[in-house]
Amino acid sequence: MAGTAVLGRLTWLVGEVTDAAFEAPRVRSLVLDVPGWAGHRAGQHVDVRLTAEDGYQAQRSYSIASPPEDERVVLTVERLDDGEVSPYLVDEVRVGDRFELRGPIGGYFVWEAVLGGPLLLVAGGSGVVPLMAMIRHRRAVGNGTPTRLLYSSRTLEDVIYREELDRLGGAGDGLDVVHTLTRGQPPGWTGYGRRIDAEMLREVTWDDDGAQAFVCGPTRLVESVAGELVALGYDPGRVKTERFGPTGT
Amino acid sequence: MEDADLRLDGNAAAGLLGEIFVREVTVAVGTCDTCGARAELGAVHVYMHAPGIVLRCPSCEAVLMRIVQAESRYWLDVRGIRSLEL
Repeated sequence: MAGTAVLGRLTWLVGEVTDAAFEAPRVRSLVLDVPGWAGHRAGQHVDVRLTAEDGYQAQRSYSIASPPEDERVVLTVERLDDGEVSPYLVDEVRVGDRFELRGPIGGYFVWEAVLGGPLLLVAGGSGVVPLMAMIRHRRAVGNGTPTRLLYSSRTLEDVIYREELDRLGGAGDGLDVVHTLTRGQPPGWTGYGRRIDAEMLREVTWDDDGAQAFVCGPTRLVESVAGELVALGYDPGRVKTERFGPTGT
Repeated sequence: MEDADLRLDGNAAAGLLGEIFVREVTVAVGTCDTCGARAELGAVHVYMHAPGIVLRCPSCEAVLMRIVQAESRYWLDVRGIRSLEL
């Protein structure tokens, strides 16, 4: 069992922001230097804890976007307007600031190159973040596992990692990136222009008993996609989900 | 908003579970005491919007585990899990 290697207590560490960049209007990536970080696997997350001057604490989970091969920890955070933590991480935090985090957390929603595929990754909105760690890991180790990413965003400007996905998807190493834009498409758009449905999944999915699927995004999208994949013949044990709750597309 | 929109996966509770269990428990297999279905805890349904955290069976929705945390203490109600293999 892969997870048995992960023994020991989770402890709170302090991360320092060494770089920050917007990926989309409401989405920012934070590059962190975390002394004591023990490394992670693609798909894992961290808990971030903020403490106010009066001692009030707020804690949320964020997926790790960087691959295990990267020494830095990169979090990509979407601002939720009624959120307690994400507005700070997206709009307020500056290079040099520090905050507490613990991790890596979770051994279930994890892919490693040795697990092979083919791999079907399905994302809604910021659900792409842990899947990006898998894609970057695949690239970093020169792994050629046939991989398809089906990624649903509201509009083109909401697409996170757009340039990097264009580049990686065009590299000819077995990664296909398929976009669908649910709330408007630019002129000349050749991708899909609707919510993910059974027909779309039938067109992008693998006809292969060994295929492994990872689905991440808002709860409704995840449950709808997971149900359709099982209906298309996927073994439920090969469809791993990570629900983000009610937010997102 | 419906309760179903608030449903998360066991993975979402992994940090809290990591405070309690020494082993990585999201890949531990639990057997539902109500219906006998087996699932990795990372795959069970989790509701975190109540004062405590509730884990439910993805097959029959019966309660598997309830966790309430207050200050540095935890209360675990695990009667919905027949066995946990970790």
